[in-house]
Amino acid sequence: MALRLPRAGTPQILAFLAILAVNWVVSPQFFDTRFQDGRLFGSLVDVFNRGAPVALLSIGMALVIATRGIDLSVGAVMAICGAVAASLADSHPLPVALGAALGAGLLCGLWNGLLVAVLGIQPIVATLILMVAGRGIAQLITEGRIVTFSDPGLAWFGGGSVLGVPAAVAVVFGMLLLTVALVRGTALGLMIEATGGNARASALAGVGTRAMTLAVYIWCGLCASLAGIVAAADIRGADANNAGLWLELDAVLAVVIGGASLFGGRFSLGLAVLGALIIQAMNTGILLSGFPPEFNLIVKAVVVLAVLLVQSPALVGILPSRQWGRSWRRR
Amino acid sequence: MNRLLPVLVTTAVFLIGFALCCLQFPNFLSTRVVFNLLTDNAFLGIVAVGMTFVIISGGIDLSVGSVIGFTTVFLALAIQRAGLPPLVAFALVLVVCAAFGAAMGAVIHHLEMPPFIVTLAGMFLARGASFLLSTESIPIDAALYTDLPDAAIRLPGGGRLTVIAMIMLAVFVAGGLLLHVTRFGATVYALGGNRTATALMGVRVGRTTILIYTLSSLLAGLSGIVFSLYTSSGNSLAATGVELDTIAAVVIGGTLLTGGQGFMFGTFIGVLIQGLIATYITFDGTLSSWWTKIATGVLLFAFIAFQQSMVGLAGRRSRRRAAGVAPA
Repeated sequence: MALRLPRAGTPQILAFLAILAVNWVVSPQFFDTRFQDGRLFGSLVDVFNRGAPVALLSIGMALVIATRGIDLSVGAVMAICGAVAASLADSHPLPVALGAALGAGLLCGLWNGLLVAVLGIQPIVATLILMVAGRGIAQLITEGRIVTFSDPGLAWFGGGSVLGVPAAVAVVFGMLLLTVALVRGTALGLMIEATGGNARASALAGVGTRAMTLAVYIWCGLCASLAGIVAAADIRGADANNAGLWLELDAVLAVVIGGASLFGGRFSLGLAVLGALIIQAMNTGILLSGFPPEFNLIVKAVVVLAVLLVQSPALVGILPSRQWGRSWRRR
Repeated sequence: MNRLLPVLVTTAVFLIGFALCCLQFPNFLSTRVVFNLLTDNAFLGIVAVGMTFVIISGGIDLSVGSVIGFTTVFLALAIQRAGLPPLVAFALVLVVCAAFGAAMGAVIHHLEMPPFIVTLAGMFLARGASFLLSTESIPIDAALYTDLPDAAIRLPGGGRLTVIAMIMLAVFVAGGLLLHVTRFGATVYALGGNRTATALMGVRVGRTTILIYTLSSLLAGLSGIVFSLYTSSGNSLAATGVELDTIAAVVIGGTLLTGGQGFMFGTFIGVLIQGLIATYITFDGTLSSWWTKIATGVLLFAFIAFQQSMVGLAGRRSRRRAAGVAPA
């Protein structure tokens, strides 16, 4: 996986470098990085740090999309888990608050997984339920207020560092390594792709498609709860209304930029995270260049359209670089 | 009968819910409450009519909330800054919205991409465009905007049938006729049932797909006009998340999200149920607004689970009837 990445992800890596270069042109001090209070600071570090929640979401989303599914509820799950962590942080020890938040994410994922895998509801519909209700549940937990906390343990996820690397980035890196080890180190990744490619054929071939589907939604819930913890720690509080708002769409976009097909059957976790970083680098670039931040949405729409054009089944035969297009789609 | 069952259940849920509200709050049973329900949810109802077409055809349109937001800002700027007469501005914005929907439909059909991701791009684009036009809320004080919302037919019991509510009812009637009586409506059902079979039958799938998304965006534009009349302002943040409320209303109304089944009347009841929950929470006074979201989610789950069991039963029965010939 790690060895295959440079070949498979050439367009994404080039795009990321190109955006960084543009950012550097717009703001010459973009690459200036300094070491202060035991932590790296600078615009480039910020791209990684701010991109952490979407990167975490995209890890889980990549697995879900590989099974031909989609999880629209991750933003709401982020809000729930952030609310749980923030409201327990000051009154309980850190492991309890973290455990409760992760447990809440696990439960949300289990709920989505049961609806999709056991009841056989379409993923987009099944996860819509929690997307609508989840934000209400989060507001129920915070009682409509923005719950702040002062516990330094939880705040570490927002402002702390590991060997100079911001804690949020370290969490993304750890989660990415763990997930890659789990799915690529074993046959799990293959089975997930098989489930997305042709669920019926895979089931006949002996793949536990139902268990696979259940597992990816649970993992996605877990990733969303980590993202919620990081987002809450970042602002030292839980805002049930705005935490993770529309991030599910960014996560889907990140996975699609990472070369996954919405029709399932293939995924790359590293490229999905890179997709999240591309989105964040664009956001930072727009901020640095002095354009109004509202410009973000237009740029995102253009990126979606561009990715659509590259992925479109109808255009594959027409594209001049036919061979390249094909081989990229395969991987 | 089987097809009508979801709509009947939805209607029963609404009537029972209304009766329970009346039992708890005697003031609930008045024409004032009923007609306010229509006025307050007029914009949601109009956009839900378009969404019903989209969902029955097996698609989804995530862009409608952003299109409403764009419409309100566009109108505010056209009327307040450019000094256009409101009716000219209305016509102009409807043309823009229709073209936007046609473009999305064309991309969905010709590039063979899932409607979900195409309308997601449309959502970003429309919201971004409205932010670019203006990021602040602009009040509209044209004569039409002060007169029209107040114009209403007064009914006994304090009820007022406003122009806005009448527009919504007219859109529902027109939408119902278009869906259930015309050839276009039959094609929409056919598309949701089986796209390939429909194309093989000689139906022009591309034209119908483009028309469906044009209609959805056009109605979102009309809904935006109503929304701007209702709030007398244009705001680029207006109607954020309305696409979810709309989809929820259509699904609660008994329309199958996989396409091919549903009724316009069901959507009407679905919109009223959402309005009823909000009104109940206002009447109660101690419940907070987030209970609306939770209650909508619970209802959504109940209806989807109900539909799923219905589809499962129907599938088993038809399979038994086919005696070994599995349906594709």
